[in-house]
Amino acid sequence: MPLVVRKLFRRRIVLAAAIALAIVVLVATFAGTISGQDPNETAVAQRLAQPSLAHWLGTDELGRDLFARIAFGGRYSLIIAALTALGAVAAGTLLGLTAGFFRRLDAPLMRVVDAMMSFPDILLAIALVGILGASMLNVVLALVLVYTPRVARVVRASTLVVRELTFVEAARAIGGSNARILSRHILPNLVSPITVQGSFIFAYAILAEAALSFLGVGVPPEMPTWGTMVAGSQAYAHQALWIVLFPGLAIIFTALSLQLLGDGIRDLLDPRLRKSM
Amino acid sequence: MLVVMSLVAVLVFALTRAAPGDPIAVLLGDQATAEDIARVQKVYGLDRSLPEQFALWLKELAHGNLGDSIFLQRPVTRALWERAEPTTLLSLLAVAIATLIGVPCGVVSAVFRGRAIDQLFTGFAMLGASVPSFWFGLVLMQIFAVSLGWFPVSGYGEPGASLAARLHCLVLPATVLGVLNSALIIRFTRGSMLDVLDEDYVRTARAKGLPETSVVLKHALRNALVPIVTVIGLTVALMIGGAVVTETVFGLPGVGNLVVSAVTRRDYPVIQGALLVVAAIYVIVNFLIDLLYTVVDPRVSY
Repeated sequence: MPLVVRKLFRRRIVLAAAIALAIVVLVATFAGTISGQDPNETAVAQRLAQPSLAHWLGTDELGRDLFARIAFGGRYSLIIAALTALGAVAAGTLLGLTAGFFRRLDAPLMRVVDAMMSFPDILLAIALVGILGASMLNVVLALVLVYTPRVARVVRASTLVVRELTFVEAARAIGGSNARILSRHILPNLVSPITVQGSFIFAYAILAEAALSFLGVGVPPEMPTWGTMVAGSQAYAHQALWIVLFPGLAIIFTALSLQLLGDGIRDLLDPRLRKSM
Repeated sequence: MLVVMSLVAVLVFALTRAAPGDPIAVLLGDQATAEDIARVQKVYGLDRSLPEQFALWLKELAHGNLGDSIFLQRPVTRALWERAEPTTLLSLLAVAIATLIGVPCGVVSAVFRGRAIDQLFTGFAMLGASVPSFWFGLVLMQIFAVSLGWFPVSGYGEPGASLAARLHCLVLPATVLGVLNSALIIRFTRGSMLDVLDEDYVRTARAKGLPETSVVLKHALRNALVPIVTVIGLTVALMIGGAVVTETVFGLPGVGNLVVSAVTRRDYPVIQGALLVVAAIYVIVNFLIDLLYTVVDPRVSY
């Protein structure tokens, strides 16, 4: 194992978060094999059954196995959040590098970023999905637009620091082109802050997707994500609290692991911060 | 600030016009003929070119006119104003709760750094940022409204209900928003206090024999306030976004609710107006915080 990873996992809480995340991904990937149940098979006779050996987390209002639905729903929630994190990181890095490196573009680009960030996350995402139409791809697109400015700000700030370092000057002195300096000298030094942002945005995107789907302006309601599951079952919460409880716990478990991991990476980067968290 | 606000206006306009789907066609239904649609489009000015529409919209904006809602048959400003009270009260209550939880917890956490109570509070701060508000709302609703019956399950009281009755309806939603958003305030207060507690003047205050509470509250907290005030201001903005979700869970007739229904009906003027007003509030709050710095820290001057 590379030294960095070993150092990262020396803190037990970070290791625990990584393991928790691995479990979530594995359960979602092998959802069918692990649960041994069809997430869409209805059995009205067994509706709202309590958690038992046959149905680990009980059943929902149509008698569908809740564990199987959470496991399958995790696929969509994780894919949407992962694509959002990747998209926002890619777009934000490009924007941040450009603003930080080409001084003339800095002010105009950053004012647009400021303007984008004056909208509350969820409100902007709702408006965007409302405008684009509710589909899985549009949810990803909307969330990428919401989180790109966040990444751009961090990448710009780091670029401003790195571009003044002597090795950049040296690279320019030996005739390196802008493209070469950006890709070979500056970008590699930004990998860590970008990774940290990526893991936080992954966590935010899990929460945001769930909120959008809950409000009915996210993915189509028949697609089982953790958000649509809570939305669909909330009317039955007074009879069987677990059908609302467990999808929410899945969200918390995943988002918490991601944030702990992101925090771990950040502490590794900046030992000064370690004392503050 | 003005530059950002004008960009916000351009973004808002571009956003709503980038939409596929014709609101007029939706409004008139399947029976409408092409002439009907063209006629109504003319009424709303949707038949003109985009730059013309934008210029028209800006002109009206300068007069404080946000246009008319396509579905509610009333000006957007009035629709927003009618829905403003629950959202405003909810946000203010929630900010108060978040501050009352966040600042003391953060201070205690910093003073007892590394001890069990610190780990408890920082763990809580981490958890708070991972809990979906709609889920927390539903769970609290089940416990305190459905099972115990202490609070109304949803809604904003009967029309004409007293202020006390309306506030009673806001207790649960404000708790949801306040508790979850206190997480950020705890983290910032703790971090800011930790920076300050290492300073020489804190050691001096201790050395001259001041009681520890006076050292922490008068000498340390006073100097740690700038980041704390900043994050509380940020929370105000977060509340307005968070209110959208919470209002829906608790069935409150607020601005968030208005936006969600406007989105499902493609009611552009309402979406535009709401985004614009909320962004303006955000920019103004940030500006006020900048001004507040001079009060909190006399060294800052503009």
